[in-house]
Amino acid sequence: MSQAILQVEDLSKSFGGVKAVSGVSFELMENQVLGVIGPNGAGKTTLINLLTGFVRPDRGKVLFRGQNIAGMKPYKVANLGVARTFQMVKPFYQLPAFKNLVLPLKSPRAKQLTGGRYGDRDAVAKDLLEEVGFERDSWVIFKQASVLPHGYLKRLELARCIAMAADLVVLDELFSGLSLAEVASLVPVIDKLRVQGKTIIMVEHRLRELFRIADRVMVMNFGQKIAEGKPREVMEMPAVRGAYLGSEEEGA
Amino acid sequence: MLEGVLIYGFINSVLLVLVAMGFNLTFGISGVANFAYGALYIMAGFLCWGLLNSLGLPYWLAVAVSVAAIALLAGLLFRFVLLRVRGLVISEVIATFGVGLAILELFRYWGFIGFEYTLPVWLDASFDIGETVVDGQRLIMVAVGAGLTLFLWFFTRHSRIGRAFRGIAQDERTALTLGINADLTAAFAVAFGAGYAAMAALVILPLGTIAVNEGYNVLVNALAVCIVGGLGSTMGVIVAGFLIGYAQIFTATYGETHWMMIVSLAALLVILLVKPSGLFGKQKELEERI
Amino acid sequence: MARRLERLDRGIKVRSDDVFALNSWREMLYIIAPRVLPVLLLLVLGLAATPYWQRVIMQACMIGLLAISWDLLASVGMVSLGQALFFGIGAYIAGILDHYAGLGPWLTIPIATVGGAALSTLLLLPVLRLRGIYFSMVTLIMPLMIERIIEATKIFGGTEGLSGLQPMPHALVEIIAAMAVVWVALFSFNRMMSSDYGLILKGINDNDRAVMSAGLNIYLYKAQALFLAAGVGAFAGAFVTHAYQFVGMPVFALDYSILPIAGAAVGGMGTMSGPLLGCFILVPLNELLRGLGGMRTVIYAVLLVVFTVGLPEGIFHFIKRKYTQFERWVEVEQ
Repeated sequence: MSQAILQVEDLSKSFGGVKAVSGVSFELMENQVLGVIGPNGAGKTTLINLLTGFVRPDRGKVLFRGQNIAGMKPYKVANLGVARTFQMVKPFYQLPAFKNLVLPLKSPRAKQLTGGRYGDRDAVAKDLLEEVGFERDSWVIFKQASVLPHGYLKRLELARCIAMAADLVVLDELFSGLSLAEVASLVPVIDKLRVQGKTIIMVEHRLRELFRIADRVMVMNFGQKIAEGKPREVMEMPAVRGAYLGSEEEGA
Repeated sequence: MLEGVLIYGFINSVLLVLVAMGFNLTFGISGVANFAYGALYIMAGFLCWGLLNSLGLPYWLAVAVSVAAIALLAGLLFRFVLLRVRGLVISEVIATFGVGLAILELFRYWGFIGFEYTLPVWLDASFDIGETVVDGQRLIMVAVGAGLTLFLWFFTRHSRIGRAFRGIAQDERTALTLGINADLTAAFAVAFGAGYAAMAALVILPLGTIAVNEGYNVLVNALAVCIVGGLGSTMGVIVAGFLIGYAQIFTATYGETHWMMIVSLAALLVILLVKPSGLFGKQKELEERI
Repeated sequence: MARRLERLDRGIKVRSDDVFALNSWREMLYIIAPRVLPVLLLLVLGLAATPYWQRVIMQACMIGLLAISWDLLASVGMVSLGQALFFGIGAYIAGILDHYAGLGPWLTIPIATVGGAALSTLLLLPVLRLRGIYFSMVTLIMPLMIERIIEATKIFGGTEGLSGLQPMPHALVEIIAAMAVVWVALFSFNRMMSSDYGLILKGINDNDRAVMSAGLNIYLYKAQALFLAAGVGAFAGAFVTHAYQFVGMPVFALDYSILPIAGAAVGGMGTMSGPLLGCFILVPLNELLRGLGGMRTVIYAVLLVVFTVGLPEGIFHFIKRKYTQFERWVEVEQ
């Protein structure tokens, strides 16, 4: 059996009295896909921010390949091989789409992995964009990111993770705001990452697609982990049904 | 000696708090850093002087008219200049800076320099506190400073527009969805801050002459206090005002007077090194985000 | 029928973007002329001018350097309101080295450039951790505070300043060196900003979190940009110190902060060339309007506001647009 790539122990963070994440622990094996679900405000995005260094935890450990990365600066975490996407897309709006990827390609990690021989970064960037579903040789990759539609920006986020050559990819609601067809076209990309041996954490509201991809699912509510297990099993648990479906009704 | 230091330190601190309050208020609510702040401060002084000496208005009326006029002017500045570049930080900064500069240098060009430009003191008396003699104007300044701070506290909590201010300070977009007119409220915030600057000017300026250079000094002091206290935090301004205020008076008494500015610079550098977001910085998140 | 203004790239622009331009003199000229002509024009002006106007051109070059430095910082998201800080630190380092150690301009200027850059970067390093207007606030008050401190503590000549410093070897050396440095700074910074390194700097301005999640240390890049910009400013300070054989408190005055920003606003921000052009307009204008005295600062301040708020494009972008594109009215169906 493969070994744990990520061990999270008792991770906690509060924002002025609100416990965004409290006492969350879990383990993730190499090449697994973990889905994180839960109602809005359950602390999923904070969890991601804690894992990737964007928020410093009050308590707890995040061991990535045995090394504690909790509270480490985001760029250091990224260089260790943990890449993330943002729920609110964060492209470089002033740059053309393919130039967006030149930045991650210039990161110390990307340089190290390729021995500094990335050759023509622009060409590599264009290849990467094709991989996530940009039409090659179309005008799209030369357009400024500020004029691209949402679907392309989400792809750009994913491409940035791929460019970082990360071992652990953390996807924050990658599918939100995408049409069914767009989601369907992204699923194979994620499958491919898996084949390449990456480990993936997906925070997602689209349960149907998530359950097809994820090996295991963790359910959060009010900052706490309330369940973890195989997708089908988890959804059978009464606590989950109460928390998740109950709050969805409230939201509706 | 020590008693005098404590009393004058207190007065100096209140002065700094007064000076910084308006700038901080505007930034805290609308996110506009009003670099024209010092100019508005001096303008209030000259306006009041003009009303007193040219129109011969009674003092209290002149003060009221000046404060209202400066607030109105700042509101118009927001409406007709800043609103066009809202959200573009570079342009906002440059525009307010340019306006302030134009006002101050125009006063200098018109020759508003000299000892005749003084405002009469509000209360021409002096009091003994223990063995220290304090003049009435300084006591009034302390009273006004305390009054304005308390007013701000009540206003933001117990009035409609005050709560709108806080709403915007929390999140502008959410405030929009709640039916708060963000632009109007931000205009009020800028006007309100300018009004505070004018009030501060009118109680502080009788202590000396109305000098154009004082406009730059006021801006420097206000910025220093805000940075040390943490932008946007009223508590921060008060604490930082007292910290720098006492430190200045202590150095002036036990060291040399001209080291006062070094104290401010040192306080600034130390706080930036130790806690860049300031003592009570609401921008703490920013620090973490970067 | 409604009309709208359509802008299209000129044919020659499109052709000269391509490699085939190398086959045609016309296309090559189209590319080279806007780069070479200003250099030649300035050279001729600089050599032909009277000593008085040579000084003015030298000043324009130095303020232009401050403006280039300002623009570099602004494109990384740091809006400086205190270019006088860099200028003043460079000026004082050169002045002190010359006055107390007797080093000539050939030594003091390089030392002041590097030393001034290092000192300025060190002073502003803590601010780099914060976003937004903090940088503006701190750069605005720092030179004013230093000015006040020099006045109060009477160090380095106090209000009198240090005078009788060694002059530049020759007026001709002075003007040529000033021009050379301006063009080197302009072309190398422009080149840098269009390289991948420049993309990172622009990316920080655009979206710092994304730069971090791309595994890049933004403090490091910001500090490097600050070092470069401060170095350019410090050079200008040191150069002017030797040209006037004097350094004093005025080097920290607001004038040196305002003129570069006004130049950038008038010329058009974001290209380095724009701010430089702005300074070459404003500084000579400054001399012509000498009779107006203090009114000049008011004029700059008003120009600053008018251009930033009303004409954010600036002169340079306007010229560039006319050069590369043509406009025509087209009818659109309702």
